[in-house]
Amino acid sequence: MRHLMSPLDFTTEELSKLFDLANDIEKNPGKYAHACDGKILATCFYEPSTRTRLSFESAMTRLGGSVIGFSDANSSSAAKGESVSDTIRVISAYADICAMRHPKEGAPMVAASRSLIPVINAGDGGHQHPTQTLTDLLTIRSLHGDLNNFTIGLCGDLKFGRTVHSLINALVRYENIKFVFISPPELRVPDYVTDMLDKKQIAYEEVIKLEEVMGDLDMLYMTRVQKERFFNEEDYIRLKDFYILTPEKMELAKENMLILHPLPRVNEISVEVDDDPRAAYFKQAQYGVYVRMALILTLLELA
Amino acid sequence: MLNVGQIEEGFVLDHIKAGKSMDIYEHLGLDKMDCTVAIIKNARSKVMGKKDILKVECDIDTLDLNVLAFIDHNITINVIKNGVIVEKKVLSLPQSVKNVIRCHNPRCITSIEQGLPHIFFLADEATETYRCKYCEEKYNERA
Repeated sequence: MRHLMSPLDFTTEELSKLFDLANDIEKNPGKYAHACDGKILATCFYEPSTRTRLSFESAMTRLGGSVIGFSDANSSSAAKGESVSDTIRVISAYADICAMRHPKEGAPMVAASRSLIPVINAGDGGHQHPTQTLTDLLTIRSLHGDLNNFTIGLCGDLKFGRTVHSLINALVRYENIKFVFISPPELRVPDYVTDMLDKKQIAYEEVIKLEEVMGDLDMLYMTRVQKERFFNEEDYIRLKDFYILTPEKMELAKENMLILHPLPRVNEISVEVDDDPRAAYFKQAQYGVYVRMALILTLLELA
Repeated sequence: MLNVGQIEEGFVLDHIKAGKSMDIYEHLGLDKMDCTVAIIKNARSKVMGKKDILKVECDIDTLDLNVLAFIDHNITINVIKNGVIVEKKVLSLPQSVKNVIRCHNPRCITSIEQGLPHIFFLADEATETYRCKYCEEKYNERA
């Protein structure tokens, strides 16, 4: 039995198979409409995340399976003080696979160590968000055509943004990728990420201004400055509008540069950019469902 | 120079960084053991300038070498039997340590889940960096 805690749990060959399956699901949805008949997905969400939860629910429903679960800790037994270890043992009796989001980092790993069913990390604090990463990789592979040889800019909250950390961890396994980190000094990538890049001798650059590097990028990954990651509201207000992508800034970009965003967007991408053919973030959300369908099938060994 | 008598059965921990002997005393649980312990602080050392030494009269098997290696793998362990050194043990950094140090990241699951062991793994041998198994937070304060 396998779990998904980090994008690194799958080899690049396994990911390639997973993405082939996701692309096949995209082309032939009818072929998979009953692939999970009789199977149950438990969505255990200890903190609100409508988007990721609905993406999982949509994925399981489109495969013919059913969904049970809770969408915040207050409506679960966690409010009564139940441990993650106990919860997952009970959920193992109710469902065939579990997607868990938890504000505490490492919680899904604890669940996986006690679980009798596959556990998918659907986001743990500021740590990992592997299914978002699989979504990002599938989007890049499908729209850019390759997971090698490109320069990617990551912009915004690079300190607390777990999607960014997961994506970097996954991309370092591919060839000839250059990272450009664009953030205010307060929200720089953590040292464990830059330590890892240094150790692997992977090229990266850290800049403050988006305009400086815009023309070099093959794709730009924008992130939201999340209010819940700040201890101090004044810091949040001061930093939240630091980087806003506008049509003027897009004029500096390559003609085929992809704009990615894990969503939800607040105002870091101006709505006028939505009509730009380079804006790939809504397509990315669609790929999120396909990749979760492929993941559920793979972990349930139905692929 | 102060003289501390030799021990008959036990071990001598030599080349402890000056000032660290009490940390080791606590981590090894020597405060809870009924045995003779000599703690020598700031002993003169040709190599280190100053060093601490611990002499303990008890069976070597009661030592958790993993803990010792984590704290300082440069410590020399001399095993003593019948008053003479019968073995010198060399330590290497352990791949992981369990319940030796605690994760201080308030966002880590170890901060709320009861009964969960605090496990750190060796993330980078060159820099002797350990990280929490659950949240990957770096441990900054080696004992």
